[in-house]
Amino acid sequence: MSQEATTTEKSLISPFNIIAGIIVLIGLYLTVRRFTGGLGAVTNLSDNNAWGIWIGFDLLTGVALAAGGYVTAGAVYIFGLKKYHSAVRPAVLTGFLGYALVVLALHYDVGRPWRLPYPFVVQQGTSSVLFEVGACVALYLTVLFLEFSPAALEWLGLKKARNLAVKFTLILVVFGIILSTLHQSSLGALFLIAPSKLHPLWYSSFIPVYFFVSSIIAGLSMVIFESTLSHRFFADKMDEAHLREKDDIALGFGKAASYVIAGYIAIQLMGIGADNEWQLLGTTYGLWYLLEIFGFFGVACLGFAIGAREKNVKLIRWTSAWAVLGVIVNRFNVSLVAFNYHLPSSERYFPSWMEIAVSVFLVTLGLIAFRFIVSRMPILYEHPEYEDLP
Amino acid sequence: MSISRRKFLGWLTAAGLSSSTFGKVAHAATTKHFEGHPKSLGVLYDNTSCIGCRTCEAACNKVNDLPLPDRPFDDLAVLDNKRRTDPKKYMVINKYDNSVNAQTPLFARTGCNHCLEPACASSCFVRAYTKTESGAVTYDESVCVGCRYCMLACPFNIPTFEYDSALTPRIRKCTMCYDNRLVKSELPGCIEACPTESFTFGKRTDLLKIGRERIRRYPGRYLDHIYGENEMGGTSWLYLSGVPFRKIGMREDLGIIPAPQFTSSALAAVPMVVGTWPLLLMGIYAVSRRKDKIAKEEKEQALAEVIAQAKAEADQKVSEAWKKAAQEKEKAIEAAVKKALEAAADTETEENS
Repeated sequence: MSQEATTTEKSLISPFNIIAGIIVLIGLYLTVRRFTGGLGAVTNLSDNNAWGIWIGFDLLTGVALAAGGYVTAGAVYIFGLKKYHSAVRPAVLTGFLGYALVVLALHYDVGRPWRLPYPFVVQQGTSSVLFEVGACVALYLTVLFLEFSPAALEWLGLKKARNLAVKFTLILVVFGIILSTLHQSSLGALFLIAPSKLHPLWYSSFIPVYFFVSSIIAGLSMVIFESTLSHRFFADKMDEAHLREKDDIALGFGKAASYVIAGYIAIQLMGIGADNEWQLLGTTYGLWYLLEIFGFFGVACLGFAIGAREKNVKLIRWTSAWAVLGVIVNRFNVSLVAFNYHLPSSERYFPSWMEIAVSVFLVTLGLIAFRFIVSRMPILYEHPEYEDLP
Repeated sequence: MSISRRKFLGWLTAAGLSSSTFGKVAHAATTKHFEGHPKSLGVLYDNTSCIGCRTCEAACNKVNDLPLPDRPFDDLAVLDNKRRTDPKKYMVINKYDNSVNAQTPLFARTGCNHCLEPACASSCFVRAYTKTESGAVTYDESVCVGCRYCMLACPFNIPTFEYDSALTPRIRKCTMCYDNRLVKSELPGCIEACPTESFTFGKRTDLLKIGRERIRRYPGRYLDHIYGENEMGGTSWLYLSGVPFRKIGMREDLGIIPAPQFTSSALAAVPMVVGTWPLLLMGIYAVSRRKDKIAKEEKEQALAEVIAQAKAEADQKVSEAWKKAAQEKEKAIEAAVKKALEAAADTETEENS
């Protein structure tokens, strides 16, 4: 296994590189097309459907799946669960890359990307939820960069700077959790302004709470999922602590996720009760809603619970992928499937292949960056010269 | 310094120092109800006199310098398809079947309703929209980022976007001809052009009176409802109709809550989270630290006890060993003395013998 990984390292012609290379070329071509022909040249967006998968997937899902950073840092540094320490750096790196890609994706989606700083430096639209989202994402990207910086500085051998950066760990973690609470929830709050467009089963005044709680589910599940993949592809980079702790992390995070999902399902049902929408559960949208809640989240809750109880790490790993899928389905439902539900099907949105290709391209960029960093910087192992935590 | 006070305050807000601004634009659940700027203007559209001639569309196109459509404005076959606003048309007239008399189809105008508390303005994170005191909702393309959140927010699906523009796409919508005509005391293009006077322009408060008067005088001709009086908190465009509004493509399920109120409580939670989270998180941190500290102390104490016990045991053993050794030594001395005495006694006997 480890030998395989080393050869991939050395030879440029590997399946990963070839596929990634093709995707990147297509992505670059579409980038040119997007910025010469406008959004209309590459997307199926319309005046009725102003937001497509670049918002529904790249922004909403991207931010949710990058929640592992604040969840893990919070568990280890705030709740003092030091036995999960080896999960912090990979989670923070995933979070940092995730947010960086979200911001990059926004450059494709908005009409004039070079004006993205305008809300902060020209005119502040503080009555907009999007202002809050923008401010928090910008600040949190900075926080993640700083949280990640010790690894880069160790790699560069800048001991003094690294030790200084480490001193700010606690304050950064607290700041990161505050910012995450705010923007994870306000991504849901974006839709509060359109009660006449979002299907009542998904529209709720609790939607900010739903988004926040489900981001914790996404964060916990992504840490497990990502550690599974890392172990498969970068086992040679892992030190003893990582190899020893990874099963503990899966069991602990899986157990926590099981509880959080149970709570999430409960508050979802409370929301249906509060708005008295039980009769809608019998409709087609109702069945789809039930599938989302029980088929994805319910099954994930059970899978994590059984896995944690019977110490079945394999089950937990599979369940984590299922839970991640559940969060993706939820974000797609809120932003695309259940949004504009009242329009006739001819006026509904379905992404063009080019929109999907750009999203795939951005995810691929993330994978390439992750591989580059993990192969070089002390992410999956502790640098021998800096074992003083964190 | 060339920084205006307004700009400076803006920076303060951006820096998060002035959270009170959140309350100025959008009110959280309060009893406050904004009824529009005093003396603000509006339009009353009476669809019972609209004949669907599209003259208003042509006028709108002309006064706003919009590109000419593929099919001319006198081609009424265009009305056979339901249309919406787009970057080339800020307003459209649509044709609907008349269930009472199939010979006389119904018409309805679709375009910006110029809400009293507009969703677009509330949702814009760069304040590109302004609800002017005249009543018109205007748009400033010089700051627009092109995020299209206004399009998502608008309950009437009015703002449109120049999807085909690569570098300078703008939002396009009716501005009640604010910049090109209203400020020059000219009537908006559509209103001036209408041959049947289906549009009445004036102060919104007067228009409501006119509308109510028409309903009172011709109860058979009108529904007892002025659309826009309360919809989404009230709009500057008002509508009279003889058939239920849903039958002429207008939503009746929008409610009467102005759009900013839907998001105001979520935004009001921001300062609360910023204020309480550090306390909560540092509290949890302190508890977990203290737990660790106590655990460490207990461990140390237990260790100290074990060491003390071991020491006591060892001391006892040593002292016992000492005692034993001393006893043995005494015994040995005694034995030696005894031996010596015996030896001396022997020598004495030998000498005596």
